[in-house]
Amino acid sequence: MGDPRSLVELTIDGNVVKVPEGSTILDACRREDIDTPTLCWASNLTPVNVCRVCVVEVEGSRVLVPSCSRPVEPGMVVSTDSERVRTSRKMVYELLASSVEMDRADASVHAWMDHYGVRPDRMGDRDEIATVAQPPKVQDDLYVRDYERCILCYKCVEACGDDAQHTYAIATAGRGFAAHISTESDVALPDSACVYCGNCIGVCPTGALVFRTEFDMRAEGTWDEDSQEVTTTVCAFCGVGCNLELHVQDNVIVKVTSPVDHPTASGHLCIKGRFGWQHAQS
Amino acid sequence: MPDLRFGTTAPTAAEMAAVEAVVAEVGPATVTVSERLVLGGRSRAVARRNLLLPALHALQRAVGWISPGGLDHVCRVFEVPPAEAYGVATFYHLFSHSEPVADSTVHVCDDIACRCVGAMDLIDELRGAGQHVRPSPCLGQCERGPAVLVQRTGAEELSVAPASLQDVETAIGLSGSSSSSVTLSQAGSGNLRLLTRVGVVDPGSLDDYRSHGGYAALEAAIDMGPDGVIRELTASGLSGRGGAAFPTGVKWQAVADQVGRPKHVVCNADESEPGTFKDRTIMEGDPFAVVEALTIAGLTVGAEQGWVYVRGEYPVAAARLAGAIDAARGAGLLGEDVAGSGRPFHIELRKGAGAYICGEETALFNSIEGFRGEPRNKPPFPTTHGLFGEPTAINNVETLVNVLPIVLDGGGAYAALGTERSPGTRLFCVSGRVMQPGTYEHEFGITLGGVIEAAGGMVAGSQLRTVLLGGAAGSFVGPDLLDLPLTLEATREAGLSLGSGVVMVFGHDDDIVDTVRRIAEFFRDESCGQCVPCRVGTVRQEEVLVRLGRGGSFPDERDLLDDLGSVMRDASICGLGQTASGAVRSAIDLGLLGGVS
Repeated sequence: MGDPRSLVELTIDGNVVKVPEGSTILDACRREDIDTPTLCWASNLTPVNVCRVCVVEVEGSRVLVPSCSRPVEPGMVVSTDSERVRTSRKMVYELLASSVEMDRADASVHAWMDHYGVRPDRMGDRDEIATVAQPPKVQDDLYVRDYERCILCYKCVEACGDDAQHTYAIATAGRGFAAHISTESDVALPDSACVYCGNCIGVCPTGALVFRTEFDMRAEGTWDEDSQEVTTTVCAFCGVGCNLELHVQDNVIVKVTSPVDHPTASGHLCIKGRFGWQHAQS
Repeated sequence: MPDLRFGTTAPTAAEMAAVEAVVAEVGPATVTVSERLVLGGRSRAVARRNLLLPALHALQRAVGWISPGGLDHVCRVFEVPPAEAYGVATFYHLFSHSEPVADSTVHVCDDIACRCVGAMDLIDELRGAGQHVRPSPCLGQCERGPAVLVQRTGAEELSVAPASLQDVETAIGLSGSSSSSVTLSQAGSGNLRLLTRVGVVDPGSLDDYRSHGGYAALEAAIDMGPDGVIRELTASGLSGRGGAAFPTGVKWQAVADQVGRPKHVVCNADESEPGTFKDRTIMEGDPFAVVEALTIAGLTVGAEQGWVYVRGEYPVAAARLAGAIDAARGAGLLGEDVAGSGRPFHIELRKGAGAYICGEETALFNSIEGFRGEPRNKPPFPTTHGLFGEPTAINNVETLVNVLPIVLDGGGAYAALGTERSPGTRLFCVSGRVMQPGTYEHEFGITLGGVIEAAGGMVAGSQLRTVLLGGAAGSFVGPDLLDLPLTLEATREAGLSLGSGVVMVFGHDDDIVDTVRRIAEFFRDESCGQCVPCRVGTVRQEEVLVRLGRGGSFPDERDLLDDLGSVMRDASICGLGQTASGAVRSAIDLGLLGGVS
């Protein structure tokens, strides 16, 4: 079936391209196979354009624009690899990596950091500059909030709120460099509105939110992603039909994810699907 | 709204009463619609969420802090998720989140102007005397520093400037509110258009305002009709005085053209740029002018609802505006039938709570709506997606007040003033080492040296070293630019900006390295934290300046400073990050950072 929307013609990196009206610049880049880094963007969340790593140069615009949220316009002239774009993207990674532990970020994040030649150490000695270093919040048996790995991408807040769960247990609190994700008055998660759907874990790109199993195994030194097998199955708890991806290491389920492209769940689950797999082990 | 889970801490009777009073005050402005488009089409605001900020103010005043029980109570009353309300409450400087240690908190301005006139000593003295002191960013009293804002549990906030230990101790014991008087060197001078009544009329008297020509413009505007007003505005060439210089006529036309949805007009009175105090001068000295101009704006663009968002550090301005709004309503100049026009218009006054970023127009909208004051990505622009996602004309105080003489005398007469491309007059906030610091009105085209001359010239024994032009988001300029005409075109050509009209004069004895570092600290403290370039970039920039202040090597840091400037300027969401490196950059270029250039 053809796309019923009319097409918009624009120029990206010197090539004239046509994309459906309403597409974002990021959509257009992806259609053209122009690889574009993202951190706060996800296909199942509303763009908040806060990380600024997807910025591109648009002719006539004084500043760079976030490709993830800016809709294409006819005649737009976009550069995705100009000097200004490269400098800003590299700097965003350097700023993040100098203040946040990025070691458990997605592989693509590290690939981009290598691509732009990121050197966070030039911001100064780690002991002498501001960082978000802090002990992890281990408050229950299901998951851990390890905020020294948090880049404040807002994804967990969105997944907890309007974009998936509508629970609103967490939000951004504080301001500036002290801004952080928090429950009300920083109460422990079990005392908050959290329903333990784990959708925040599902969207976290840097390993700041993890299953307790993963956290403990990493502490013991037994976490081994390479040896894990992923099996997709259908959740048996109700009739919605969410798919579960069971991550199994040494014949034990260590983590459950959900495919983002699933038509009903869109990558999100509830507490039963996310954490209710103990019976499968007994 | 889905089922929300609230906490279990009970509020005190005082907290419940404070929130109850806010609910009882709900005026005709209760907003029921809302689609939050900014964060991408969210629709989560519920009716009355815009009362969250007033309710937090009420709690803070009643018991001296936002307690978990009080916050939880507010959440139940306004159906706000507790985590979100906590996020909002912790966004603002003036809200406290731990049990109060004293009945009064003394906020002492230690920003760039006040620290040159003894603010640091005052802080020491106050602490020595056992006062609970919090250093504060610019309190907008730069012409009469050091400035203090006293926040008192159970009583009005007080503004004290200039402040000594004794002044502050006296103020804390006061039963009423502060009685600041506006001093204006030009008061009564025949050449004024924006400041004609300041220092002349009784700011509390509608009759006095009218006897000095007040409300003649509203009458004229009603006779001219919206098209006539916009025609004169466009002919006048008036452009926004908040820093961006957008043509006001174009903005109003764009909002007037929007049909089928409720519209808003907003007066941005969140003047927080360090060194800026001109809007305060108008609000304290001629508050009815702000009300009248906003009323004209509302009738012209077809908005029934107007809002004034005044910074929380301006208790006198807020009280006088509230008085003016009440008096205007009582006289039929606001309400269901404005001055016999048959058209309704209402004004709500909202107070900020200590956040420079809320002067950014979209952050201001979020703040009014009861969300964190985080700027929205633009486009879409306020003229189509403003307050509550609805078409909004937002202008700052100075811009609005310009509308009065334009309507009365015609756009042509206004355009005859100033220069061709910068018509009209402009307010300047002159402070620092000049004889008579204060707010001055000059025609566009006066030179920088002329502005300093008009303020009495340099104080005896002080030699001009540099001028901070346009505010912390502006630039340092050297004595070689004293002949620079202060127009939009000439400053732009010189790579500068008039910004908010700041002319802060520094002499050779002033510590410029410390001033530049304080500017960097200001941006670090005032970043909302939403986007990475600004949240981390402003921190790294300040760290570099601290290292340089300790004798670090400038060549080693140069590339990093350049790259920090680039990413903040190019990739930040809003003007705060985009301008956070400007003054630092200019100081380096002028060689003001000593041997480091």
